[in-house]
Amino acid sequence: MAGVAVSTTINGDAVEYLCQPDETLLEVLRDRLGLTGAKEGCGTGDCGACSVIVDGRLVCSCLVLGAEAEGREVETIEGMAHGDQLHPLQQKFLEHAALQCGICTPGFLIAAKDLLAKNPSPTEEEIRFGLAGNLCRCTGYDKIVRAVQDAANVMKGA
Amino acid sequence: MNFDPRFSGRKFASVGTRPIRPDGIDKVTGRARYGADFNMAGQLVGRILRSPHAHAVIKKIDTSKAEKLAGVKAVITAKDLPDLTDGDAAMYDILDNSMARKKALYDGHAVAAVAAIDARTAREALKLIEVDYEVLPHVTDVDEAAQHHAPLINDQVFTEGLEEKPAKPSNITKRTQFGHGDVHAGFAQADFIVERSFKTEQTHQGYIEPHACVASVNPDGTADLWVCTQGHFVYRQHCAQLLGLEASKLRVTSSEIGGGFGGKTHVWAEPVALALSRKAGRPVKLVMTRDEVFRASGPTSATSIDVKIGAKKDGTITAAEATLRYSCGPYAGSWAEIGAMTAFACYKLENVKTVGYEVLVNRPKTAAYRAPSAPMAAFAVESVVDELAKELGMDAVDFRIKNAAQEGTRSSYGPVYGPIGIGPTLEAVKNHPHMKAPLKANQGRGMACGFWFNFGGQTCTDLNIGMDGTVSLAVGTVDVGGSRASLSLVAAEELGIDYSQVKAVVADTSSLGYNDMTDGSRGTFSSSMATISAARNAIKILRERAAQTWDIPVEDVVWEKGHAIAKGEKYGNLSPLSLKDIAAASGKTGGPIAGHSELVADGAGVSFATHICDVEVDPETGSTRVIRYTVVQDAGKAVHPTYVEGQYQGGAAQGIGWALNEEYIYGKDGRLQNPGFLDYRIPVCSDLPMIDTQILEIPNPNHPYGVRGVGETSIVPPLAAIANAVSNAVGVRMTHIPMSPPRILAALEAEREG
Repeated sequence: MAGVAVSTTINGDAVEYLCQPDETLLEVLRDRLGLTGAKEGCGTGDCGACSVIVDGRLVCSCLVLGAEAEGREVETIEGMAHGDQLHPLQQKFLEHAALQCGICTPGFLIAAKDLLAKNPSPTEEEIRFGLAGNLCRCTGYDKIVRAVQDAANVMKGA
Repeated sequence: MNFDPRFSGRKFASVGTRPIRPDGIDKVTGRARYGADFNMAGQLVGRILRSPHAHAVIKKIDTSKAEKLAGVKAVITAKDLPDLTDGDAAMYDILDNSMARKKALYDGHAVAAVAAIDARTAREALKLIEVDYEVLPHVTDVDEAAQHHAPLINDQVFTEGLEEKPAKPSNITKRTQFGHGDVHAGFAQADFIVERSFKTEQTHQGYIEPHACVASVNPDGTADLWVCTQGHFVYRQHCAQLLGLEASKLRVTSSEIGGGFGGKTHVWAEPVALALSRKAGRPVKLVMTRDEVFRASGPTSATSIDVKIGAKKDGTITAAEATLRYSCGPYAGSWAEIGAMTAFACYKLENVKTVGYEVLVNRPKTAAYRAPSAPMAAFAVESVVDELAKELGMDAVDFRIKNAAQEGTRSSYGPVYGPIGIGPTLEAVKNHPHMKAPLKANQGRGMACGFWFNFGGQTCTDLNIGMDGTVSLAVGTVDVGGSRASLSLVAAEELGIDYSQVKAVVADTSSLGYNDMTDGSRGTFSSSMATISAARNAIKILRERAAQTWDIPVEDVVWEKGHAIAKGEKYGNLSPLSLKDIAAASGKTGGPIAGHSELVADGAGVSFATHICDVEVDPETGSTRVIRYTVVQDAGKAVHPTYVEGQYQGGAAQGIGWALNEEYIYGKDGRLQNPGFLDYRIPVCSDLPMIDTQILEIPNPNHPYGVRGVGETSIVPPLAAIANAVSNAVGVRMTHIPMSPPRILAALEAEREG
């Protein structure tokens, strides 16, 4: 089967790849580009573990085709820190122990980054609904919500 | 190792602090490698063909077309996994569950598998495998399966535990009984008796990471397995036995694990991946889809439980009795037995009797789920306890305090308790501000208690001191939720050094002695015990090296705050030697310095919790919202309190999902109708409130610091606490979990119709 040639930008870098027409962006990221930070928890857009941002929009990369990334800007968890400087959300997730097993963490961080980009001062309820597309089975979400609240405060002060 | 009473007043330097976990940065940057994040050169993709039938004889499997498909490198069936279990019935069941041998026993049961050059080819190949099934009658409901006319799942099953072997086979594999005293006499003394029957539906552990592994078998009999597991040593034993490999030649590396909760305690697809690799002569990566996870892994038992409790007017319970029927899937288990042991464990009872029945059904093999079997029993018992308190006109907390087990109480399952936390958690709940928070219309408050045994088990730890004075701690218990942080704290505490000088890793099966898996809340309990022991062994060597350096007797050297100190006025001119000083000189004083420990961590202290829950029920829709939730639990000693809180909150959240939403729904055809997160709905962020926690510390006398396991007890009370809250909100006793909107509406309607 003929591959589709795609030119895109991932975490600020120009990237080119060939993918099959039915291949998801998640499969491309993980299996072709070695960006395994996005996880497949369900493959049906229900768990949010594969969350990435495409042209400023939060998506489940398991529901986007690899071919659809053509000409777009993709942000993944691997691009969230600047060098050795963690993003405030990453730092606050560590400080608040907002992860136990950590499999959902990349998705939560991407979703929280998108949430704070659109709403820098969310209420607890807005955080809870803003992150309702991401499943966590370990934490009960309490420490995740607190970490996002704390990060929002830090980012506003920055 | 016994609790050192000096520690009860001891000020810990590291234990009890809340540092960032050593594996944290990898997990927030996406670098942590989970089961599906690992690859090997020449790796193939494995996929499994699963039965669409709940119960069927496999008459013939034709794999010839699949084998001819370009890109397919191996196709296997049960013939490629010959029975090497040598009469070990439990292992035979695991083998048969990995790949059906004669019959498919549930919707989703593996019947064949392929390895191909890519996922697309593997999927195509599955479609080309032809299986000739003879479909048999099936049964998925636990009560129906227990009837004598139910379709037989295994005609070799004759109920164990009866006085006489039954004449006919049945789906009931075993009867167990616990208790003491005379319940008939006890009920005769009672002024009030409440008796009710309950049901709970089957749930899944719901870990976000599907089962995943990479298997590589070499022609010389050596093999590697990279896998997400709660116990890589156990997986090595299982796989070596099932594949006929020598255990020492199979190296199993546990990846980071994306949740397990009991669901990753025995092998599923791993023997299949190894068999595919052996046949194909190449590494094979096998990752389950979410559909496969639901249909073929996990789940809990579905249950049907009868409870009867009697009490005198003054609130003393005179007798308690329960009959518990737990589904096991199609293979024998001991799930009802555990339920029967835990049911009344919170109480001081003179007359108690519990009977458990293990029931086979055409559902996936039941697996452990966080304090397995205890939440359902607690739901039934704590519901009746609440109702009895109402009959007596007593406060629900006071009634429980009056009957709570204490140190010296003979437990309902046999042993006599040492120091325990049920009383203190109840007292803490009685005084908790949550109990005084105002409630509005359609809101109700409930509380409930829970118990879990906690396990210890075989444990092995290596503590190596580098020449730069930093410490690498190799443990064999998989870290499911922060134990590398807690074990680093324990090593730092014992050595008297800073947490930042210790780095804990989980070693593979070729690098460390055998460890039982991380289950039974044993990770931090048992590995901390082994870490303390290893650190003390290292300190002994550190003291010897200092003594050698100073040329004084080792008895005159003590270890304090990370330093060797020469004790006695005659050594006044000897400056203390730090761990770093001694490590730097180690090459000249006798070589590397390390401490090792191999032990059986006996004496895991039992654990109790009491939860409080407020709910609001919409009488129009039957929808329930948890609006306030508090967990009070005894940790013995909280090593890393933030992660202890996390265990409390996580268990409560899973319990909330179980109580209100989660259930396996089977169609009449015996097929699972909701094998995905859209229809099997676990709680999301917007479903839950903050979950308040209170950590009590009643030291475990069998651990040097007093540590008890903390992971599991938190899922035991929620079903009951929420059921009590909903019942208080709507005025109708809820007896069927989950309390989904249709069940609540039906209960309200039944009440209206009287």
